[in-house]
Amino acid sequence: MNNREQTDQNRRDFLKKGAATAVATVAPGVLLHTVEAAPRDEAVTDKVRWGMMIDTSKCADGCDECVKACNEENGLTAYSMPEGADEATWDQQRPKWIRTVKVQDNLTGHVTSLPMMCQHCENPPCQDVCPTGASFRRADGIVMVDRHTCIGCRYCMMACPYKARSFIHENVDIKPSLAPRGKGCVESCNFCVHRLDNGQTTTACQDACPEKAIIFGDLKDPNSEVSQALAQYPTVQIRADLKLNTGVRYSGV
Amino acid sequence: MSYRIKRGVLSLMLLVMALAITGISQAGPQWKENTNSNAATSGGQCVRETEWMRKNHMALLKHDRDITVHEGIRTVDGSLSECIACHVNTENGSHVPVNAMQGPDGAQFCAGCHAYTGVKLDCFQCHSPVPAE
Repeated sequence: MNNREQTDQNRRDFLKKGAATAVATVAPGVLLHTVEAAPRDEAVTDKVRWGMMIDTSKCADGCDECVKACNEENGLTAYSMPEGADEATWDQQRPKWIRTVKVQDNLTGHVTSLPMMCQHCENPPCQDVCPTGASFRRADGIVMVDRHTCIGCRYCMMACPYKARSFIHENVDIKPSLAPRGKGCVESCNFCVHRLDNGQTTTACQDACPEKAIIFGDLKDPNSEVSQALAQYPTVQIRADLKLNTGVRYSGV
Repeated sequence: MSYRIKRGVLSLMLLVMALAITGISQAGPQWKENTNSNAATSGGQCVRETEWMRKNHMALLKHDRDITVHEGIRTVDGSLSECIACHVNTENGSHVPVNAMQGPDGAQFCAGCHAYTGVKLDCFQCHSPVPAE
């Protein structure tokens, strides 16, 4: 009896130590892995509000790195002009999620370049006018189009003060797996929601900007880079008179 | 017509109808057995039973797509990209679109049943019919 108890105790200790060592070696890897690339399995909440700060003084004239990165990330370039179409019309109507805009002060002549995309308003006009409810604001602040519900009426394109929405007129060449898109629906910048929902925390445009002019993050987190930058530098909302409370703010405009 | 002749005609009609109904039901199982559903990667365990899926796959997909789009939850059963990842066939090293009418074993996973039933597939206007590389 005593022998058996002693053996059991030693074995128990050995197993405990073994398990503890195993957990200690595996835990860092497991934790790191889950933080980096875990697809979301809980509903988004309004505890987070995604937003962006763009420093236009860093925005170089003629640079379109953010535009190219966005097009690449979301498959906007896989879109061919049909035979016989007018090239100018085609170029004007093709989807653009970010546009580089030049703003000139008429009195001083000062020219500012800035990237213009969906401003992810808190009170989005596109959501107000959508007849089907396809254009909606998600709980975490991202304004996007539910393409299953969109009927392609383009009312949101008319309503948007920032001309952020685009319509897909023709069949797309390649349908991206992570960001499905196709003919007949309206689309716009969605803050790379496919990245955010899969655990990443940066957008394609932010990663591509060579001057780090675009800072993206959680506006409700006071320690995030974007919150600290917004607290430090003076910024404005474009068309602040519309009282939309946009999620994207610009400095140097 | 006399009573006897009417009864004769009626029973003949009933006989013809009975034969027709049994005839049609015999035609069914042939297309069901031919669904091209080689599930290569996951070891063949679908998120629901086959008979349930045949009848209700759109209910599952429509319910779960709303959850994914509006709530951001990506780990849903009705994930179209996950369906495709399992059910897609490979030919000469590249994936064959799941809505293709030609390919390994004939019509591919979605096309076989949908061509027979005449139900148009809307999904692949936007969704990729092959998995991400």
